[in-house]
Amino acid sequence: MKQRRKLTIRLFVLAVLHGIIAAAGFFAPYDPVVQDRERPYLPPMHIHMMDAQGHFHLRPFFHPLRLREGSFDQYEEDTATNVPLRFFERGAAYRLLGVVPSRIHLFGASGARVYLLGSDAYGRDQLSRILYGGQISLLAGLLGAGVTLFLGALIGMAAGYYGGWRDDLLMRIAELFLALPWLYLLFALRAFLPLAVSPLEAFLLVVVVIGMVGWARPARLVRGVVLSVKERDFVRAARGFGASDFYLLRRHILPETASVLLTQAAILVPQFVLAEMTLSFLGLGVPEPMSSWGNLLATLQQYNVLVSYWWMYLPALAIVPFFLGYLSLASALQERAGAYKIEEKGSLNPS
Amino acid sequence: MRYFVRRTLHAVFLLFGVSLLTFLFSALAPGNYFDEMRLNPQISPETVAALRAQYQLDRPLPVRYAHWLNGIAHGQMGFSFAYNSPVAPLLWARARNTLLLTVTATLLAWLLALPLGVWSAARFGRAPDHVISWATATLLMIPDLVLALGLLIIAVRTGWFPTGGLASVGFNELSPLHKLRDLVSHMALPVIALVLAALPTLVRHVRASIAEVLDAPFLRAALGHGIPQRKLLYSYALRAAANPLISLFGFSVGTLLSGSLLVEVVMSWPGLGPFLLEAILARDLYVVIGGVLLSMIFLVAGNLFADLLLYWADPRIRTTASAK
Repeated sequence: MKQRRKLTIRLFVLAVLHGIIAAAGFFAPYDPVVQDRERPYLPPMHIHMMDAQGHFHLRPFFHPLRLREGSFDQYEEDTATNVPLRFFERGAAYRLLGVVPSRIHLFGASGARVYLLGSDAYGRDQLSRILYGGQISLLAGLLGAGVTLFLGALIGMAAGYYGGWRDDLLMRIAELFLALPWLYLLFALRAFLPLAVSPLEAFLLVVVVIGMVGWARPARLVRGVVLSVKERDFVRAARGFGASDFYLLRRHILPETASVLLTQAAILVPQFVLAEMTLSFLGLGVPEPMSSWGNLLATLQQYNVLVSYWWMYLPALAIVPFFLGYLSLASALQERAGAYKIEEKGSLNPS
Repeated sequence: MRYFVRRTLHAVFLLFGVSLLTFLFSALAPGNYFDEMRLNPQISPETVAALRAQYQLDRPLPVRYAHWLNGIAHGQMGFSFAYNSPVAPLLWARARNTLLLTVTATLLAWLLALPLGVWSAARFGRAPDHVISWATATLLMIPDLVLALGLLIIAVRTGWFPTGGLASVGFNELSPLHKLRDLVSHMALPVIALVLAALPTLVRHVRASIAEVLDAPFLRAALGHGIPQRKLLYSYALRAAANPLISLFGFSVGTLLSGSLLVEVVMSWPGLGPFLLEAILARDLYVVIGGVLLSMIFLVAGNLFADLLLYWADPRIRTTASAK
């Protein structure tokens, strides 16, 4: 029971994290591609409750930033003006979850733009770009994991079920893929695919490349499960009744691999989000003006950005809670699988 | 002896498979280096065709593969279009720097992981163990890219380490001792990034395998005989736990190679990483194939070394291998 609750809590936390990214339009105050050329590399703003005269305000507010006198890149707070933060403010139009058209944002301000996490070289809001960028990165990770698990399950089942020379051949190839350092493999695959493509094509390419890299490990695990399941009595009985190979695989064998596939999914998704980040960071993935966590970080390759604008590093931290969530989910799933095994053996009691 | 022959044959088969696969993929690739040239009105189509013929790009795939294999025998590994030179010497110049980084990082990571893991296992469930477990768990949460960039920002803001490149300006005029110091200070940052990325997995595995053997009867007996704890841990327990750790060593080489590729690009270390990236963007396909194959050779060499260690450390393997 305790394990079940642990699993539920972790799933819930992950769902909330994904929900925030999925509803990026609502949580982001601005459109991620709208530029403000007057305000490049604006540092993150501070939210105040107390104004310069020492008066307390119930509604949080911020001071707009202006250039320090005699400087061309140093900003200071204009403490004479207070711009209150408004919640559920009407702003740029977006589609919630890609469907529902809306103009309501969680927060915003009228009169001056609020940059909670600063702005980039074109004065685009960093917070909005991180939120929207998460959609691309997470989607690439999820789809990539989907492709990988599909390939892995297919190949693993074929190898385990049919055995013989097919098994040998497939597992030799799997060993080859397992042996190669994954980043080299990613590079090689990306190298042999077209470079100059539209953003959407680039995104799909990234998904395909990522998806083709990792199938070997799930395939081997699935093969192991299939090898033991196909000798179980209920499968033999079904075969005795004349069930076809396809029916056996789909109805009796595939469900048995579910726990392995789920655990693998929890391990693969964060890895693949990171793979997308790496590719986009290196300029081989999703291009501008679309934002992804990887290409947001790419500006850090310029030395002056690295030295002066620390808030350009913030997209890197966005992945950390997702990593934490998925890894703890994976360990909870593994524990559950382990507990089942012990229960089946009927020896130790699980807790 | 047969054990090594078998392992070496396996390695050769693996290298052969990888070269074949990368070659096949490269043939499927749309576009090559000369496509850009074709768009240039100053270069006649005949010239492009002549160049393609010179590099044998107009020949069928099996012929090209055979030619390429033959080239390896002569130390070429194909021809780089962008550098107009054989690939092997180009790659080797970069690979030396990558090796310098990965070998140092591997050694350092293991030198740190062994005592930390052993200590953690010896104090299983007590304060040091908890601290180390928490530290490794935290490090596991931070991906390579995030870690490398974070370290770079810290280095740039504090000025503790030189950032970028392998040597300072005027490196050649320095005395040997200063040369060494300059090199070490440039290596520090990428090596720290690689070690921190590899360390948590290693420590956890060392801890798990030592903790497993610590319960063994022979260790309790040794403890009962009054053998000092340090000797017990490092010369008895560690040897008994060596087998899975040595296999992990082979595996860690691959992870470090991947990590190094990224760290090199982030910290502009003149190794294989930036070189390969450049080759991909220029469609210099023999360089890409060569780079992938070279990484594979390093990996196989690391695994063969692990096999050798295993043979030396584990008497069971020695006896079964000679009995065959």
